Amino acid sequence: MNPVYMDNNATTRTAPEVVETMLPYFTELYGNPSSMHYFGGQVEKAVRGAREKIAALIGADPGEIVFTSCGTESDNTAVLGTLESYPEKRHVVTTRVEHPAVRNVGHHLQKKGYQVTELSVDRGGALDLRRLEQAVTSDTAVVSIMWANNETGVVFPIEEAAAIAKSKGAVFHTDAVQAVGKIPIDLSKLRDVDLLSLSGHKLHAPKGIGVLYVRKGTRLSPYIIGGHQEGGRRGGTENVPYIIGLGKAAELAGTRMDDENTRVRALRDKLEKGLMERIPNSILNGEGQVRLPNTSNVSFEYVEGESILLLMSNLGICASSGSACTSGSLEPSHVLRAMGVPFTAAHGSIRFSLSYYNTEDEVDYVLDHLPGIIEKLRDISPFWSDYVRQSVAR
Amino acid sequence: MWEYTDKVRKYFESPVNVGEIENPDGVGEVGSIACGDALKLTFKLGADGRISDAKFKTFGCASAIASSSALTEMIKGMTLDEAEKVTNKDIVDYLGGLPKEKMHCSVMGMEALQAALANYRGEEVKKEEGEIVCKCFGITDREIERVIRENHLTTREEVTNYTKAGGGCESCHDKIQEIVDRVVAEEKGKKIELRAVEKKAGKLTNLQKIKLIEETLEREIKPALRTDGGDIELIDVQGDRVLVALRGTCSSCAAAEVTLKGYVESKLREFVTDELVVEEVKS
Repeated sequence: MNPVYMDNNATTRTAPEVVETMLPYFTELYGNPSSMHYFGGQVEKAVRGAREKIAALIGADPGEIVFTSCGTESDNTAVLGTLESYPEKRHVVTTRVEHPAVRNVGHHLQKKGYQVTELSVDRGGALDLRRLEQAVTSDTAVVSIMWANNETGVVFPIEEAAAIAKSKGAVFHTDAVQAVGKIPIDLSKLRDVDLLSLSGHKLHAPKGIGVLYVRKGTRLSPYIIGGHQEGGRRGGTENVPYIIGLGKAAELAGTRMDDENTRVRALRDKLEKGLMERIPNSILNGEGQVRLPNTSNVSFEYVEGESILLLMSNLGICASSGSACTSGSLEPSHVLRAMGVPFTAAHGSIRFSLSYYNTEDEVDYVLDHLPGIIEKLRDISPFWSDYVRQSVAR
Repeated sequence: MWEYTDKVRKYFESPVNVGEIENPDGVGEVGSIACGDALKLTFKLGADGRISDAKFKTFGCASAIASSSALTEMIKGMTLDEAEKVTNKDIVDYLGGLPKEKMHCSVMGMEALQAALANYRGEEVKKEEGEIVCKCFGITDREIERVIRENHLTTREEVTNYTKAGGGCESCHDKIQEIVDRVVAEEKGKKIELRAVEKKAGKLTNLQKIKLIEETLEREIKPALRTDGGDIELIDVQGDRVLVALRGTCSSCAAAEVTLKGYVESKLREFVTDELVVEEVKS
């Protein structure tokens, strides 16, 4: 069974072109880029090329690209490294809808005596910038706000948020793991963004490679202490094949950006519009907000997400859910709860996240099969029969 | 992804007895949409005093649906007394097991059944009395206590897996731990009393003796040895001779003989019978 893969915010297929570019660096070109011989030197040159490609994708200078092992490491480095650089400051501002890679760092810091402000969002998932303005003080070391939400795809106004942080003397970090490669980002024009995290496997590079963008002149202590690699910002021998792969993926993302924002966006729109039309009592989470072109988060009331996922999975359809049962936790997604999505809907939320590789046939396939799955589960659900009974009575 | 047994998948993908019986003899409703799962169970009693039909409606994950459907199959044909004795463990066994994080689905089945039976008897269906411990999911100390006893739970994590208590804001973790500690200590006390009675009566059969030796090894002896990186394995029981092999750091420990005689043997004598002699088998 070929999967109908619509879970690209979880991870993406490594592009075949990327794999091909990487392979020689496992076999023939295995030198250490730091070595003082031609054999390492040619690898160093290739790493430099990859750095340039990634810098080009986000409008950065190659010297501002620091390779890490993943998005989580980038996020941890940004927040903890900044705090270490500003020991006199004891306050961090972030949001209630951040990825655990930032949010749980905040919780950890709270336990260690730092003050952490988590900004709330409204029903659509939007931030109130006035609240940000009030929250940032002279004691704030770092403001960390994600560029786009992994669950809903809602895009935050990063330029404005960064300007507020900078005006109060705080460092501004953004977790752009879901944004890079999907929407245009030009850091040469966003002078107030100091730090930005990205992750390779969200843009068709392999898992195990990430980047922390560090604007020139930003004070940041290293998180992994070791050799002189990455300009002393991150110790450890470079993960050469993966860096080369990420360079290729960044190049591809640049050329496919238009496709993502036209064809993929149209597929996403067709999918969510079709689902809303075909399935009664479904709610589009983040509706009316600026969203990523590939992400759709739909709640199907009175049914539970894990059941939906499993029945879809039997048909080869791969997606995610914010339901409690899928994660092993017992409460539904912190993002949907922060948005105030009612429990009748939060447990039945499904996230579809598309990519360059999705086709219209796949969207049609989902539209053909999902309504039947929801109907089947609603037939079993006591709340659905209660709801229908009440609607009839009314 | 959860590892569900084939039986769980079958009862989830093609559930039987879905629906509501009209004019049922008993109705049980437990859970809520906020909690993420809920079950409505209805049954009909036949002229012979046995459950002739049972149906369910469930909001929840695959294991909740499978547990509900399995429950209706299990109780059909049972007398009310028999149904009264069905526990969550029976449901789990019927399904060939559930992931540990999903045990609360089977508990929900048992609770719905008990609510339905209470409803049949004309009792008011009310939540077990007691003090609410977990405010997120509304779980009382009584409920937690009961699940600990029925399923021989020993940790706070297990309580969360079985009841959901402590799965939300986590502020009640210390309180749950207190209940676990208390109930585990009480249960242990009960067992020791029971053993003492059985021992005095001297009525152990060979099978009972072996079972008791095994239990004592698991509960009393192995955990203590494991804290020092050691372990012990029961090889055979011949009359009153208990043949064991020492493992891990114990196997090379100079004080092994002391451990065997002074600790293992005295524990076994305390919990099983005074005549036991422990011997080490080198393997």
